[in-house]
Amino acid sequence: MSDKITLSPEELEKFGDEMDAIRQRIVADLGEADATYIRNVVKAQRGFEVAGRALFYLPPAWPLAVASLSISKILDNMEIGHNVMHGQYDWMGDPGLNSRMYEWDTMAPSDNWKHGHNYIHHTYTNILGKDRDIGYGILRIDDDQPWHPYYLGNPLYAFLLMMFFEWGVALHDLEVENIVKGKRDWEDNKALAAGIRRKMKRQVLKDYVLFPALTGPLFPLTFAGNATANLVRNIWTFNIIFCGHFPAGVATFTQEEMENETKGLWYYRQLLGSANITGSKLFHVMSGNLSHQIEHHLFPDIPARRYPEIAGEVQEICERYGLQYNTGSLSKQLGSVAKKIFKMSLPPKGTKIPGLSVLTGGRTSTPAADAA
Amino acid sequence: MGITQTLLRSRAVEALTSPHGVDRYLELVNPMWAAKEVRARIVDIHREVDVPGHPPVATITLQPTSSWQGHRAGQHVQLGVEVHGARRTTRVFSVSSHEAGSGEPFTITLRANPDGVVSRFLVEEAQPGTIVHLSQAEGDFTLPAQVPDHVVFISGGSGITPLMSMLRTLQRRTHRGRVTFVHYAQSPEHQIFAEELADVARSGYGVEVHLLHPELGDPALSPAWLERLVPGYRDVPTWACGPAPLIDAVRKAYADPGTEDLSEALNLEYFKPPTVSNGSAEGEVSFRRAGTTAANSGATLLEQAEAAGLTPEFGCRMGICFSCTAVKTEGTVSNVLTGETSSLPDEEIRICVSAPQGDCSVEL
Repeated sequence: MSDKITLSPEELEKFGDEMDAIRQRIVADLGEADATYIRNVVKAQRGFEVAGRALFYLPPAWPLAVASLSISKILDNMEIGHNVMHGQYDWMGDPGLNSRMYEWDTMAPSDNWKHGHNYIHHTYTNILGKDRDIGYGILRIDDDQPWHPYYLGNPLYAFLLMMFFEWGVALHDLEVENIVKGKRDWEDNKALAAGIRRKMKRQVLKDYVLFPALTGPLFPLTFAGNATANLVRNIWTFNIIFCGHFPAGVATFTQEEMENETKGLWYYRQLLGSANITGSKLFHVMSGNLSHQIEHHLFPDIPARRYPEIAGEVQEICERYGLQYNTGSLSKQLGSVAKKIFKMSLPPKGTKIPGLSVLTGGRTSTPAADAA
Repeated sequence: MGITQTLLRSRAVEALTSPHGVDRYLELVNPMWAAKEVRARIVDIHREVDVPGHPPVATITLQPTSSWQGHRAGQHVQLGVEVHGARRTTRVFSVSSHEAGSGEPFTITLRANPDGVVSRFLVEEAQPGTIVHLSQAEGDFTLPAQVPDHVVFISGGSGITPLMSMLRTLQRRTHRGRVTFVHYAQSPEHQIFAEELADVARSGYGVEVHLLHPELGDPALSPAWLERLVPGYRDVPTWACGPAPLIDAVRKAYADPGTEDLSEALNLEYFKPPTVSNGSAEGEVSFRRAGTTAANSGATLLEQAEAAGLTPEFGCRMGICFSCTAVKTEGTVSNVLTGETSSLPDEEIRICVSAPQGDCSVEL
């Protein structure tokens, strides 16, 4: 389906050069302001965390404690964790903000996540059969994924993934779908699973045993509060991330069309495979600037706080090349994602379903409909 | 170790502060609070030597956090500072003050190397109050607990610092043996610690200080000269530290004239890894991630990678900090410090001290 590529090789090369130029300009300009910014975000996160943990001692302040801890966990996951582990701040030489050393406050061990996310997802973005983040091995999110009656549960699976997102992200690295397909062995997973268990144990111990126990008789309240904060973070990160790749109009690619991919084509695929969300400054910070998913996919290792400043330029370049720049409000993108999840749960028009003829009174789809 | 430290390092606190660790919280309250990491506040910067037209030398007094475990005479420390746009750069410096215990202040003495980001910052820009990042004290170039009756110290230029630490330590331990202290400097006005050394020479019991300036006609280091100074010097415990030419001369002087074996009494400390000049600069080096290949020049992999236009991560550039660790997928490398060779596939190596012998691929 190379008719998807609307630019000539020469145009693609120029397009790539323009993107490279933006990148070089920002990299050369990195410095004090970026360092101060991320340190202030860390300070804020730790502040919200300590405040949240402390407020559980005051039962009337319970909602405030939950809010504070939720903010802490969201900041830790997105603007700090995700971005630091991308190596966006490695240039600072600070071990506390280094991609090789950072560990985040969620179930997924950083090492597994970096492999699955930085390498697999960011290199093979939206290539069917390569990018395991397309539907996370559970959902049908693209027309080119063959339908199966299993996908009738698409909305339910999506809902469950949202509620248990941090667990889902941690287990994602076990590539269970590839084991089902016989492409992977349980043996391959032993070390991985041990690492995940270790991290989960630590997270559970902290949030569901130690901190609740430290509040003595308030144990159940603190337990429920920590669970709520984790849930709030799960729902928030799930929604932001799903809006980044799954709204209508986001393209997917086949492995064949991406063979011998040039730098220009790589940028092109990253652009068309991502979608932005518009919003306020605070919204961008709380989304780890992943509301600028397009800029993030073009420049994954540039500090995310720079994405808003280059978004206008990227959009202008896209207009010049006649390329889609997929952006919209949170409600628009969420609606689009939800619609897709429901739509993809149903078989494409004309799918032959064994036994369905009984239900439909003997009528079957026509060969013409199959071809479509 | 105080009760607070014990508590902060406990498993309970670790579990509560997981995954970040307690230091990530403490540092936000006070940079001098730490349970495991080591930081220090600069309390004094004293110019030792300031010859116009030459890089100045300064002694910097550091008050470390209570997590500092102290140092033995002759050890060095990795010191990181954030200069120029918040980038932290780490370099290695020898401790110049006498041995001391945990949490106790110590000094480093360094020359503002014209190409050195860290040393120039410390000598010329840093102010008392600046916070720096430290490793624990490291290195085996140290005095034994039982100091022999006669020791020889040989140093050149700023290589005097670890030996000064040893001399000061011996003086505090009221060492009653003999110390032969030989130091080479460019000229008397470049002499670091001149006053203190003059005092020691005047009043120190059993300490002979020889300050030599070969550029002004003093004898250079040679077996004959050493033999006259310390008869049978090859068997006298010796510590030597300085630039490569001096170390080469020391090595020659302490090699057995017959077997070429280095005397076991000799302890050496380099400033920089010696340049490799073995005949194995053949084959190709491939940097797999970058997808480039270059003819093996015989230099360290770090230097070859940089020559090929790569910018691998590095720190001390002398095999200490492990910042530059990379996976060598195939080929043989020799450690330029020890001469050890290793041919294991998929092995983690420090590229700053590893030189390829023949074909070699690294994940860079």
